[in-house]
Amino acid sequence: MRLKAIYIFSMFLLLGLIFVLANSPKFSGYEIVEKTKLQNQQGNEDFNKMMDVLTHQRCMNCHPSDHIPKQGDESHPHYFGMTRGEDDHGFEATTCNTCHQSENNMSSGVPGAPHWALAPASMAWEGLTRTEIAKRLLDKSMNGNRSHEDLIKHMTEDDLVLWAWEPGVDAEGEQRTLPPVSKEDFKIAVENWFANGAVIPSK
Amino acid sequence: MKISITVNGVVKALEIADENTPLLWVIRDTLNLKGTKFGCGKAACGACTLHVDGEAVRSCSYPVKFAEGKEVTTIEGLGDRENPHPVQQAWIDEIVPQCGYCQPGFMMATAALLNKVPTPTDEDIDKNIINVCRCGTYYRMRKAIHKAAELQADKVMNESKTL
Ligand code: FES
Ligand code: FES
Repeated sequence: MRLKAIYIFSMFLLLGLIFVLANSPKFSGYEIVEKTKLQNQQGNEDFNKMMDVLTHQRCMNCHPSDHIPKQGDESHPHYFGMTRGEDDHGFEATTCNTCHQSENNMSSGVPGAPHWALAPASMAWEGLTRTEIAKRLLDKSMNGNRSHEDLIKHMTEDDLVLWAWEPGVDAEGEQRTLPPVSKEDFKIAVENWFANGAVIPSK
Repeated sequence: MKISITVNGVVKALEIADENTPLLWVIRDTLNLKGTKFGCGKAACGACTLHVDGEAVRSCSYPVKFAEGKEVTTIEGLGDRENPHPVQQAWIDEIVPQCGYCQPGFMMATAALLNKVPTPTDEDIDKNIINVCRCGTYYRMRKAIHKAAELQADKVMNESKTL
């Protein structure tokens, strides 16, 4: 009889212990929580690297919110009153290509790259937070109906995007500043960020 | 490099030592067409404006290699004394030039504008004609641009009548 009571008591104890441990978040989710946290940290790192580039003046100067291209490290309005125009290429007879050709001009200091133009108005980033830029980037109604694959290709292969790392010299013959992340690291960060689900950090 | 450019309707086969030579220097020094001027060399003043395949281009900042196989028009090819282009005629009528240095560039920019916008408003002029004139002939130029638009419209009308 006494043995039976001890047996039943032990069983209850064991079941209780299993119940408590099973519901302990520390125990049951230990591995998964840590893994997610790690992935998020990595994701944030990729996101931050990508955004360090997107918010740099080499990129931002051509993603204006007021239809006026910017110039220089201090992002002053483009000289000569140039603005977006009807098709992101300036005005009817004075277009981007009146001065900008498909490559940098080392003697005049005029920058150039294939299809030189302003980013479309829907891709205006100037004044937005990193999170807002990312949301806009992913929004197909604003990004020219681009899928994640299209965006990766655009951001890692497009000559005009990659011009940021070969910006040439300015009118004074001084080398233009480069984005704070190397081209190679940027490409890796973009690929990783999309591969990990293009998660936009909450802050 | 060997390069072939049609300049004012004539094909020119040229041997160019440096393909990045600004088109301006080839036009002025190699082809001896001195109407196109050098002002800043930085695509800022417009004195060197000419047309490449009908589009206004600042030739100080345009490597000659990009002109391969293209049609280049300079102020000398826009019109002549017997047959002035409406822009040239309007410039004469309104007595626009002062020192004259910037004027060919302005006239080429205006001719390109009239090809795109035959009757430009003041706003169209402000946006598209952004060359620099040290003598400040802007007021007369604006009058001449409107006049050129009228002359061009008359010319088109007369040409269509004779067809
Ligand atoms: S000389 Fe070419 S724009 Fe000034
Ligand atoms: S007429 Fe002298 S610079 Fe324009």
